Amino acid sequence: MVDIVGTILRWLHLYGLADWLGSPGVLNIVTILVVALIILIVGMLVSIQLIWQDRKMLGRFMDRVGTQVGPFGLFQNFADAFKVLVKEYIVPDSADRLIYPLAPILIIGVSMAMFVTIPYSQGFYMSDSDLSVILTLAMFGVIPFAVLLGGWASNNKYTLIGGMRAAAQTCAYEVPLLLSVVSVVVLTGSMSLNDIVVYQQENVWMVVPLIIGFLVFVISMIAEVERVPFDLPEAEAELVEGWGTEYGGMRFGLIMMSEYARAFVGCSLITILFLGGWDGPFLDYIIEGAWFLLKLILVFTIFVWVRAALPRVRTDQILNICWKRLLPLAAINLFIAVFFKTMGWF
Amino acid sequence: MAEMWINMGPQHPMTHGLWNMRIKVDGETIVDSEPVIGYLHRGWERMVEDRNYPQIIPMADRLCYGSSFTWSHVYCMTVEKLMGIEVPERAKYIRAMSDELQRIGNHLMWLAAIGTDLGNLTMFLYATRDRELFLDMFQSLCGARMTYNFCRIGGVRNDSPPNWVRDLERTLDYFEKRLEEYDMLVDQSKLFRMRMEGLGYMSAKDAINVGLTGPVLRASGVKYDIRHNDPYEIYDELDWHMCTHDACDTWARYRVRMMEMKESVNIVREILKKMPKSGPIRVKPPRNAPAGTAMARMEDPRGESLMYLVGDGGSKPYRLSVRSPLFVILSASPKLINGYKIADVPSILGMLDVCMGETDR
Repeated sequence: MVDIVGTILRWLHLYGLADWLGSPGVLNIVTILVVALIILIVGMLVSIQLIWQDRKMLGRFMDRVGTQVGPFGLFQNFADAFKVLVKEYIVPDSADRLIYPLAPILIIGVSMAMFVTIPYSQGFYMSDSDLSVILTLAMFGVIPFAVLLGGWASNNKYTLIGGMRAAAQTCAYEVPLLLSVVSVVVLTGSMSLNDIVVYQQENVWMVVPLIIGFLVFVISMIAEVERVPFDLPEAEAELVEGWGTEYGGMRFGLIMMSEYARAFVGCSLITILFLGGWDGPFLDYIIEGAWFLLKLILVFTIFVWVRAALPRVRTDQILNICWKRLLPLAAINLFIAVFFKTMGWF
Repeated sequence: MAEMWINMGPQHPMTHGLWNMRIKVDGETIVDSEPVIGYLHRGWERMVEDRNYPQIIPMADRLCYGSSFTWSHVYCMTVEKLMGIEVPERAKYIRAMSDELQRIGNHLMWLAAIGTDLGNLTMFLYATRDRELFLDMFQSLCGARMTYNFCRIGGVRNDSPPNWVRDLERTLDYFEKRLEEYDMLVDQSKLFRMRMEGLGYMSAKDAINVGLTGPVLRASGVKYDIRHNDPYEIYDELDWHMCTHDACDTWARYRVRMMEMKESVNIVREILKKMPKSGPIRVKPPRNAPAGTAMARMEDPRGESLMYLVGDGGSKPYRLSVRSPLFVILSASPKLINGYKIADVPSILGMLDVCMGETDR
């Protein structure tokens, strides 16, 4: 591609520009941008697939058909996106002029940025940082802040309460989440997602020794991505649409989309940390990325199932579950991990 | 957080119908509340004064979308008392049977509504799916699905269609299996019980003092059911038991309504057994009612519904007054929700089975 551009530029007698474009620094930046674009598109496509899966499976659980536009209802999401795209963009009179438009950008941007650390297979990833586990969870930590900002800036009582709930809930559930991740880190001895998967390929999936941690992590992750039964921040029965009540048009659409993007990242983390990532148990001719996506979809099926079967819990109950049930379990799980490590079994 | 008033309504997902529950919250806790109704006022009681007696039957249907038959039934009973008409035996059985079918349909609508109130859409769709069967039964009985216009002064409009008994028994058999499914989905679910138990407490004494009736009263352990205490039609000939619960909370209200659905199935079965196989279903009423007053009351799915009629000797009522069970229950709603959390408001108020059509009139 660069060669074609170079030829055109030489034909135009722009030799200096052609040399600059061919320099390694520029090429490096272009490569990074192209890879980032590919990762973004793949992440978005998987997220859209998760929305479709959620709606279709939820429909089947409820004894109805589910989405219907296109083959198997696959185009419903695109139809909905187009519908919200043509809606008018309204800013409430009393909303904060600066923060109100900024909060969705923060939420959507951070949700999309989380795709960066997810390795799909041995060769298909954007970055392989030594601390990618910490980086992903840190980006999860930005979300409650942005939600609180958005809820407060809308200057509406429902959004304020929703934002407060979101902040309280997600901050509380970070603790058991991190504790169960720490147990994985203790056993694998690495904070890089790629290395964790490689370790599991050589030894055993982390779900086997750390089954308690796996359960704690799944429950905390459902709370972290704000799905039923922990969807208090947007409890539509009492808070209309929670913290997002005042957002309309494509902002609403993208906020919804970013929730599924976070669900995708959450399911990926469960798959990578506990279920061996792209490690296929048998059938070597199936490519690694397919194993990863298959496990991810199965994990998301648990999310959908939970959503179909359970009601929403209350604010005080959700914190009770966190501090009185999940936190002790996560601590026990950590002790087990340390015990295994000191005995030298892993 | 400072205390603030929040309007839950008139356009809010929690309200089933147009009304406004104003609540004052301190953080998440409700410290004060006030129900505001009047958004759906149609002047029903004035409108009926300009219509003659048969014309009011379809209007009585429209008092409540959920249980329209019971309202036209209580209206017809009131007018029959004023006119002094004795309804044929078979018509009485058909009326009681329709009452019970309507009760099941209405309770299913309530079950669907609390499903969304508690954040579980599955329950909503399961309950509406099964309600469809009972709407189909009504459709085959009288042609309409929601507002039946089936009850007549002096009987019912038409007899049951052919194969009615067979279809009804199939429906009831299927529905009893469905009730077990609800039991598995809700009663055995820890999270559902967490959302219901211990909320909206109201002792039997308070419940009687504020004038609660129906399932909400029976959930406080009071044995009061008009079908039993002041039997109308043929309820005194039937063998059935009253469903009560002693817990006085939202969970008890849920259980009472579920038990009532099961009991209604038994009542319909018994009615099908005891119903006379043939006979007249209607007597011709006079055009004018005598001057005087009459009152009839019955057990609506929501509580005690009562109509008080003043006739002036003409073909139109001088005054027709409606006692709506839900108007009284909603007036007591601050007592139920004060001191609980915001998230409990849909749970507690959903259990009252709110229907604004009859409340505002």
